[in-house]
Amino acid sequence: MSIPAQASGEPDAEPDGPEGRLRRFARIWSRAIFPLTATSLTRPEFEQHLLPLARELNGILHAHPFDASPAQRIGAALIDAHCTDPDALSSTLGVVDSYLVLYCGGNGPGPLSIEDGRARCARIQHTLAAGFTGALRERTLAEQEAIARSALTARSHAEEALHATEARFRAVFKDAAIGIGIADLDGNILEINDTLTRMFGGLEHHVRSHKVNEWVHPEDSPQVWKYYDELVRGEREHYRVEKAYYRNDGTVLWTNLTVSLLRDSEGRPEYQLALMEDTTERRLLNLRLRYEATHDALTGLPNRTLFFERLEKALTAQEGGRFGLCYLDLDGFKAINDSLGHAAGDRLLVEVADRLQSCATAPGEMVARLGGDEFVALTTGPDTAEEVHELAGRILNALATPIRLDGRELSVRGSIGIVEGPAGERSAAEVLRSADITMYRAKAAGGNRFQLADAEADERAITRHGLTTALPAALDRGEFFIEYQPLVHLGDGTVHGAEALVRWCHPQHGVLGPDRFIPLAEHTGLIVPLGRWVLEESVRQANFWQERHSDGGPLRINVNLSPTQLHHPRLVAETVDVLERSGLEPGALCLEVTESALIGADDDLLKPLRQLAEMGVDIALDDFGTGYSNLANLRRLPVSVLKLDRSFTRGMQQHPADPVDLKIVEGIVSLAHSLELAVTVEGVETGAQADQLRRIGCDTAQGWYYARPGAPDRIHSLLLADAV
Amino acid sequence: MERPAWAPQGIDISVPSVSRMYDFYLGGSHNFEVDREAARKAMEFLPGLPKIMQANRAFMRRAVRHAVDSGIDQFLDIGSGIPTFGNVHEVAQAADPGAKVAYVDHDPVAVAHSQAVLEGNDRAVIAAADLRRPKEILANPEITGLLDLDRPVALLLVAVLHFIEDADEPYAAVAELREALAPGSLLVLTHASYEGIPLPKAEAAGTVGVYKNIRNPLIMRSHEEIGRFFEGYEMVEPGLVSMPEWRPDTPQSPEQEDPYAFSGFGGVGRKA
Repeated sequence: MSIPAQASGEPDAEPDGPEGRLRRFARIWSRAIFPLTATSLTRPEFEQHLLPLARELNGILHAHPFDASPAQRIGAALIDAHCTDPDALSSTLGVVDSYLVLYCGGNGPGPLSIEDGRARCARIQHTLAAGFTGALRERTLAEQEAIARSALTARSHAEEALHATEARFRAVFKDAAIGIGIADLDGNILEINDTLTRMFGGLEHHVRSHKVNEWVHPEDSPQVWKYYDELVRGEREHYRVEKAYYRNDGTVLWTNLTVSLLRDSEGRPEYQLALMEDTTERRLLNLRLRYEATHDALTGLPNRTLFFERLEKALTAQEGGRFGLCYLDLDGFKAINDSLGHAAGDRLLVEVADRLQSCATAPGEMVARLGGDEFVALTTGPDTAEEVHELAGRILNALATPIRLDGRELSVRGSIGIVEGPAGERSAAEVLRSADITMYRAKAAGGNRFQLADAEADERAITRHGLTTALPAALDRGEFFIEYQPLVHLGDGTVHGAEALVRWCHPQHGVLGPDRFIPLAEHTGLIVPLGRWVLEESVRQANFWQERHSDGGPLRINVNLSPTQLHHPRLVAETVDVLERSGLEPGALCLEVTESALIGADDDLLKPLRQLAEMGVDIALDDFGTGYSNLANLRRLPVSVLKLDRSFTRGMQQHPADPVDLKIVEGIVSLAHSLELAVTVEGVETGAQADQLRRIGCDTAQGWYYARPGAPDRIHSLLLADAV
Repeated sequence: MERPAWAPQGIDISVPSVSRMYDFYLGGSHNFEVDREAARKAMEFLPGLPKIMQANRAFMRRAVRHAVDSGIDQFLDIGSGIPTFGNVHEVAQAADPGAKVAYVDHDPVAVAHSQAVLEGNDRAVIAAADLRRPKEILANPEITGLLDLDRPVALLLVAVLHFIEDADEPYAAVAELREALAPGSLLVLTHASYEGIPLPKAEAAGTVGVYKNIRNPLIMRSHEEIGRFFEGYEMVEPGLVSMPEWRPDTPQSPEQEDPYAFSGFGGVGRKA
C-alpha cells in the first residue's frame, strides 16, 4: 500500500480534502452493498469496515508502476465480511466504476489522465472481481467440506450409538429370562428369542408355524382377543393378560403376557412385541398351596379355612339368602381311637368323610372337617329351613350302616347341632358356636340325633362355658372360699362339727354355690386340685378349732368327695398327707360320698375308702335316699354315717308331720342303727322338725334352724355360746 | 413413543435442517441442496427471510454486548445451530476475553460442526441436548463443567422457540430454565410472529407451510404470547419490541432498515 493507512476514526478530515473524499467513496460503497450483506455489523460499523478497503483501492489506483493485482485482496476482503451475495460484487464494481476515479482520481502524488484513470479503474475491477470470485469459491468449498465432514462425523457418531444400542438390544433379546417375540400386525411371527422357544417346548418351527392369532386356548379370557384386535388396529398401545398356550407336546404353558404395539417413525402401527413370563409352575404351586391351605390332609374334605370362607359368603349373601348348618360330632369316637389305635381311627374318619360327602352333593351344599371327629355340612339358598333337616337326616342315615374296619363292624353314630337362619344377622363365629353348643345338647340327650339351636339353651351353655374356662385361673387367683355349716347333736343341742361347703367368689357373677361349678370342675378334672384345696383348708380350720376349743371335746369336720376324686389314685395318700401335716386326728375327719357315686361300686373303688375308714376317717353316705338306695348293699360299704337327704325332712315341716315320711325315716334310722351307722339329717328348718327327728332317734342334724353356712369364726362363736 | 435417552437420533441429510437453512439465508455454504431447496421455497413466500435472520444476528450481538456491559460473563445459547459468523462466543469474548459460552443444539450435524469450530477454545463448548428436555440441559456435564449456574448467566433463546409446538410445552421448558438460573441472569429471546411482517398474513403463511412440510413446524406467536416466556423476569428497556428497535447502536431512521427486519420480536428479561 503506497499510502499509509490513516487511523480510521480521523475526525478532522476536511470534507474536500483527500481523506474526506475517501470517506465519501466508502459511504457510497457501503450504502450500495450493505443491503446485500448478511453481516451483523451496523451500517456505521460496516462503513468503517470498508474504509481501509477504499484506502487500499485509492493506493492501487495511484501506484507507480501500476499493478492491479492487490485488488484481488479487496474482493477477498468482501467475502471475509460476509458479502457473499453475487449482487454485492456487481454493486461494488458499479461503485468502483462510477466513483473511484471521481473521488480518488486527484488523491495521487501526480496527476492521472482521464484515460489512464479509466484504464486503471477497469483493470482494478477485473482483478477485484477475480479476487471476490476466487475467495467465494474457496469459502464455498471450505464450508461445503466442513458441513459434509460434520454430517459424516454426526452420522458415524449416530451409527456407533446405534450399533451400541443394537448390540444392547440384541443382548437383551438373546439373554432375557423372559420370552420375547416380534410379529407383524397380521400375526406372522418374525423373531423369537431362545427363552420363548424353550418355554414352548424347544421347537422353534412349532412356534413359528402358527400365526399369533392362532394360539387360542380354551382358558383364554374374552379380553385376551379383544385387546389383541384393538392393538393390531392401533387403538391400544399395550395390554397385559394371563394366557395359556399349548406346548408342542400338548402340555399347557401358562404365561403373564405383555404385548406392546410398535409404530414406525411416522406413528403408523408396524409390529407387535410380546413379552412372556412362564408362570406355569408358579400357577401350579399356587393352586396346590391354595388346595393344601383349604383342605384337610387326611380326608381331602374342605378344612376349617375353606368352610369359614363359604360360611362367611353365605352369611353375607343377598337379601333373602338363608343358610343351614349341621355340626356333627361322632359319638364315642375317643373310645374307638383309644381301643383300636389312631391309625384305625383315621381310617374310620376317612370312611365317615366319604359318606358325608355323598350326603351333600346338591349345589350350595358342602361338607368340611373342622378337626378331630368334628364335621360340618353347610347348605345355602332360600329353602334351607327344610333342607337342613333333610341334610341332617341323610347324614345320620349315612352313618347308620356299620363301618367295616380290620374285619370288625363298627357302629358309628353322631350328634348333630343344627343352626338355620337368614343371612346377614350373625357372624360366622357366632353361628358355629351356637351349632357346637346345640351339638352338645344333642349328645347330652343321648346322641345319635340332631337338635335345632335355640337361643335360651345357647345362653345357658354360654354361661356354663364361661365358668368352665374361668375355673383354672379362679383357683390360682384364690377366688374360692369355704363356708361352714354346723352339725348339731340332736341329743343335747351341742355343736358336734361342721360341713365344709366351697363357694366361688366370681368377679362377674358374684358368689356361686357348688351346684353351679362342681359339675363343671368334675367334667374338666379340675375337681382334683380344687378338692385337695378344700380338704387342706377345712382340715387346717378344724385343727384351729380344736386348739381353741380344747374343753369341748373333738370338733369334727365333714368334707365332700366327688366321684372323680373317688377314682383318683392318690386319694388315700393325699388325705393321709393332709392329715399328717395338719396334725388333725383322722377321727375328726368325715368324708362325704354321694350314694349315687357308690352305686355298683366294685371292690377296687371301695378299697381306698376302706383304707381311710381303717385309719379312723369317717365315711358318710351323702344324699341317702335320692338314688337307688340298695339297702342290702349298705353292709358292704365302709361307711359309718348316713346323711338323709332333705327330701325326707321336707314332709316334717308341716304340722302334723306326714305320717308316711315319718315312718320311712323311722325305718331308715332303725336300720342304720342296727348296722351301727349314725344318722345325720339335712335341711332342718324348724324346731318341730328337730323335735320329731330327735324323737325318732336321729343322731345329728344340720339346717337353717341351727345355722346357715357361714364364715369359720361364726362356728367359733356358736361353740362358745354352746359351751355356756 | 418417547425415545429413550440413550437411543441415538438418526442422521438423515436428505431431510432439510433448519440450522442449515438458516446458514443459507445468511449467505453461507454450510448446507446441502435439500436445505437450499426448502429455503428457496420459503423465500418465495417471504423474500426478506435473510433480512429477518440478519436482524436476529444483529439483535443477538447487541444483547450479548449489553450482557457483558451488565457484568455477565457466562452465556448459554440454546438452539445455536451452525455457527456461521458473529457467534455468541466471538462477540462475548471480543468484549470480555474471559467470557464462557455453552452452546446447545439437538441437530447432530450442527453439534458436530460446532465441535470442529470450537476446537481449541477452552471457554466455549457445545452440548447435544434438546430444549424440550430442560432437565437434561441443566444436568449436562459439558455445560455444568463450564458454567457456574449459581452465578448469573445470559440464557439465549434466539430464533429457536418458534420451532417448539405447544404440545411440547415450550412455556414449561422455559420456566424450568428461568427457575434454575441465579438472580441477575438475563433471558435473551427472539421469536417469529405474523406481527411486523410487511406482507398479508395469508402470504406469509406460505413459509409456515414450507416448514411444516419439512417436519419442523414454524409456530408464529403473538406479542402477548411471546411476552409470557419472560414471566417473572423484569423486562430490560425497551421491552419486547421489533428487533431493530431494541437498543440500536446508533440513532437511525426506520427507512434505513429493511422492512423485513421488523418481523417478529426480540427482548431481554432480567431475573431479580
